[in-house]
Amino acid sequence: MEATFNSIIAAAAPLIIASMGETITEKSGVINLSLEGSIRLSAMTAFAVAFWVGHALVGFVAAALVGAAIAAIIAYSSIGLKLNQIAVGFVLTLLAIDLASFLGDSFVGERGPRVPPLPIPFLSDIPFFGKVFFDQDLVVYFSFLTIAATWWFFYRTRPGLNIQGIGERPAAAFARGVNVNKLRFWYTVLGGAMVGIAGAAYSLDVKLGWRETLTLNLGWIALAMVIFGGWHPLRVALGAYMFGALQVLAFQLQDVFPGVSQVLPVAPFPLMILALVFVYSDWFSKLGDRFPRMRNLLGSEAPAGLGQVFERE
Amino acid sequence: MSLEIRDIYKHFGPVRASDGVSITIQEGSLHGILGENGAGKSTLMKILSGFYSADSGEVILNGDVLDLSSPADAIAAGIGMLHQDPLVFLPMTVLDNFALGSPGTVRLDRTEVRKELERVSSELGFEFDPSRLARSLTIGERQQLSITRLMWLGAKVLIFDEPTTGISATQRLQLFDTLRKLAEHGLIVLFVSHKLEEVEDLCDSVTVIRQGKVVYEAEMPVPAETLVEKMFGKVFVVQGREAVPLGQPVLRLANIDLKEDTTHLENLNLEVASGEVVGLAGLEGSGQRALLRACAGLLEPASGSLELDGVSLTKASYRGHLAAGVHYLPAGRLEEGLIEGISITEHLVLASDDSTFFIDWKAARKVAETEIEDYSIKGTPSSSAEDLSGGNQQRLLLSMIPDEVKLLLLEHPTRGLDVESAAYVWTRLLARRAEGTSVIFASADLDELLRYSDRIVVFFAGEVFAVRDASGTDGEELGYLIGGKERV
Repeated sequence: MEATFNSIIAAAAPLIIASMGETITEKSGVINLSLEGSIRLSAMTAFAVAFWVGHALVGFVAAALVGAAIAAIIAYSSIGLKLNQIAVGFVLTLLAIDLASFLGDSFVGERGPRVPPLPIPFLSDIPFFGKVFFDQDLVVYFSFLTIAATWWFFYRTRPGLNIQGIGERPAAAFARGVNVNKLRFWYTVLGGAMVGIAGAAYSLDVKLGWRETLTLNLGWIALAMVIFGGWHPLRVALGAYMFGALQVLAFQLQDVFPGVSQVLPVAPFPLMILALVFVYSDWFSKLGDRFPRMRNLLGSEAPAGLGQVFERE
Repeated sequence: MSLEIRDIYKHFGPVRASDGVSITIQEGSLHGILGENGAGKSTLMKILSGFYSADSGEVILNGDVLDLSSPADAIAAGIGMLHQDPLVFLPMTVLDNFALGSPGTVRLDRTEVRKELERVSSELGFEFDPSRLARSLTIGERQQLSITRLMWLGAKVLIFDEPTTGISATQRLQLFDTLRKLAEHGLIVLFVSHKLEEVEDLCDSVTVIRQGKVVYEAEMPVPAETLVEKMFGKVFVVQGREAVPLGQPVLRLANIDLKEDTTHLENLNLEVASGEVVGLAGLEGSGQRALLRACAGLLEPASGSLELDGVSLTKASYRGHLAAGVHYLPAGRLEEGLIEGISITEHLVLASDDSTFFIDWKAARKVAETEIEDYSIKGTPSSSAEDLSGGNQQRLLLSMIPDEVKLLLLEHPTRGLDVESAAYVWTRLLARRAEGTSVIFASADLDELLRYSDRIVVFFAGEVFAVRDASGTDGEELGYLIGGKERV
């Protein structure tokens, strides 16, 4: 049991990091649709660089740079060139996926460095919880940190309030003296760097090594998680862990019901759609009015300025 | 302290929105900026608040030449602007709306900010529940919140851009009180409006702007005729009502029950004769809109019957109503009436009943040119609907009304229009009525109701509270009736 939960938490780490990055980007009003491509290309880059240098950390840095660079292209084309974010993001996804397959071909089957396990002294001795949460490695601890930091940033800081403003109603934020386009650019780059780290987390930690199918549509799932989570970091994280749990469960159930073993691995996807239907139901959307203190957590509204180009007329 | 605007030029393409504007305003002054729609008032104010940068010219506050390249600069210099539509963040709380964009530490200490909100708002005489969502505030309260925030940030100059649009009469009085108080405290208050009465009521001095230029400056009071003449360049005579003999009853509503959102209209009976103009009065949401929408076929009555020329339309679709000769012009011109992004020509093609598969664009363009001239629309056949001013959007909508209409339904036909456009709209409507078309319109403007209606139906809380002959009542009585009281 402990081991199952431990592996759910560990396996969800890349998804957590990627969806936190995308939550930050989208909260500022930009959609980075290139997630799937970014993750694959950064996973490949991370592995290649770490393989050459012989050190995992360097791989993570390289991956963050790749993710940030792709995000910078999206941010510049949307903010500077006023192109459609969806179109650019989609094309970049396709490009990055192919690039990853092409450039990574020679690394398939190689063994590279990995992130070593790092149980936290004392904390990991706590019964059950210690084993589940604190007998992990740095990547998993980093995923915890991204959740807490994103939440704290959004809801407890001035820049965090401003980021919500530029995503919600850029013209109003601009009228208040917030530099909308500059901030959008940098938050998109920050989000992209986190997506890159998520890619590295795959090739250097969760799955080890590089092959084309390594990341299992993680990018698309992260995009869906942000919507499921109503752009709230805690709910996004909850969604990511639930998805991870479903995957582990489906995997383990394959032995129990061998007859339907083909079906089980895809079960999380329709379940996710059902979850979305539930979250967007009238009943759920009214919950926020009943519990005003939890309004942010329960709301499912997209930032109103999401995907809109802001121009100062 | 004084604010000096010196030689401001700003053009958008070929349009000179500010054409060498210079104004000087002293502290403690409530200064009106008057001009018709599109005269260049908003452009000038947006330059002052850092939203636009001027092509050339200077803004001098207290002797310092200001660098206004962004709203941040303007706020830092002490110039704050309240936009026509208060720029609040709807899903956020009052407190967060107050704090957003404020300078300070990275960590946001909400307890501290809440204290500040309470302090500044009580100085101004406002009251807020900091945890309420901005979405649930009225436009008036959103304005109050914006004023509070700008005062907190240390504004010395406050610009109000058409602040009375969409707020109630009580809120307007409260707003005017606040403006006077702010001016007394030594602020420079700029009040931008195209409404004469408001400027007359409120301002100590006035600048009239026409076509991007200052055409008149004076200390108040100034005779209204002078201001009108300066605003429009000519004195405007509004046509009164001609006596038109009423024809046979066209529209018959019997025992109608309507439900829409929070409006609940019960047991409504109404007959409208051909050539009759019926005005619908009442506070927003009292049932006027529901009635118009029911007559248009957009809202099916829960019970009762609706007949046009003896034909029952009770269960008919919107298309059925159109075919029967009903035409509806909603208040949301751009939201419900026109389509953003498509041109005048395309609108007219859509509105025509021509059903051939291919469109003859040459002919369509001709039609558009004729209509543009007929209705004096300021635009070209290829202008997009959203690029037209409110008055020209309404003209376009009028030009799209088919020739044969038995019943015209209008919601706020002249809201937001300048005097000239409003008068034009009514010339057109009265011409229709002379041809025998019945007109039902809802309006919040008592003058308009009294001037153009034959009968006025007053709604209060979802019922027809009173019906009056327009010639037998006055603004004062209507005011009472709208508030749900008989005149004592």
